[in-house]
Amino acid sequence: MEKDIVNIGKSVVIKGELNGSEDLTIEGHVEGTIQLKEHVLTIGPNGRIKAQVFAKSVIVLGEVTGNVTASDKVDIRDNGSVDGDIVSPRVAIAEGAHFRGSVDMQRKGAAATPEKGKPAAAAATPQQGQPAAGAPQRVGA
Amino acid sequence: MGLLDRLAPRKSDLDVRPPGSASGQADDPVFATKALPKFLQTLTSRELPVLLDLGPVVGSNVSFFGEQLGCKIFVEDIFADLDRHVRAGTLEEFPAFLKKRFPQANDEVDGILCWDLIDYLDRAAAQELATQLMRVLRPDGALLGFFGSAPAQDARYTKFIIVDEVNLKHRSYPAARGRQAILPNRDIIRLFSTLRVSDSFLLKNNLRETLFRKPA
Repeated sequence: MEKDIVNIGKSVVIKGELNGSEDLTIEGHVEGTIQLKEHVLTIGPNGRIKAQVFAKSVIVLGEVTGNVTASDKVDIRDNGSVDGDIVSPRVAIAEGAHFRGSVDMQRKGAAATPEKGKPAAAAATPQQGQPAAGAPQRVGA
Repeated sequence: MGLLDRLAPRKSDLDVRPPGSASGQADDPVFATKALPKFLQTLTSRELPVLLDLGPVVGSNVSFFGEQLGCKIFVEDIFADLDRHVRAGTLEEFPAFLKKRFPQANDEVDGILCWDLIDYLDRAAAQELATQLMRVLRPDGALLGFFGSAPAQDARYTKFIIVDEVNLKHRSYPAARGRQAILPNRDIIRLFSTLRVSDSFLLKNNLRETLFRKPA
């Protein structure tokens, strides 16, 4: 059976809340919150994320500014960059990767959901000339 | 210890690994460490320990501590901050910078990996750094510091890459300044005046490893 993987292309800019129930690759810009509870989020080499990220696994080849929570693994590859705090039971940071923040691998079960009452990193307001995304974006679901 | 031992490490202490090992850099020498296992021992009994790493981020070290201790690690690359100040010509502001550098609360951290950072600092900056580290370290917490015993010829920092509990790979990389004065033991003890020396080792590669504990 073919596995569904959705791509957000280079030219796409999303501001707001992004929810999904399948694996997702982002090559564009996302600001806000990204939630892929049971799935893999890949930030491609061209991806630029300013968001709180919650997923099963997160692979970073581009740039992430914001906190990253994964219930399984965070993998920052060569030339990938994360400015923010990571919560995950497993973390891999490649030699040429950039990381600034803290890594929480405490064995207490990382919850792949945002804490209630915590605002997203950016306001969910559309900008002129860019795709509106005030409401939650459901990717391929 | 013979004269040759003082000038150069013995081959048995300097184990160059084959290509493909650990981080894949065959030329990086691997040295034994006596203090790291003791540092780990102090933390294994802690539930959900918090570590503060003052060196550049080393992915395999983060994984190592995560797997060994299931801990939270703050990576605060003070070497990068120092480089930035040297290049900008603002070294006199570095002590004041260090005073505000650490967001951690008092007594928040269980273990500090200071590596050989103190060797690269001027006296005022070293004292401010020590003050901040003593502040954030929890009672009964541990601080691991390395101190050189011989002046270095070139401006290079060292990444200490954990191979296993008793071996560290030393990977040097370019720095904006070299080691400053070599501190005698009494000055190191004075620097961390509120901590007590738990263990101290002089290795055959001339590196002094000191494990400090904060009295409970």
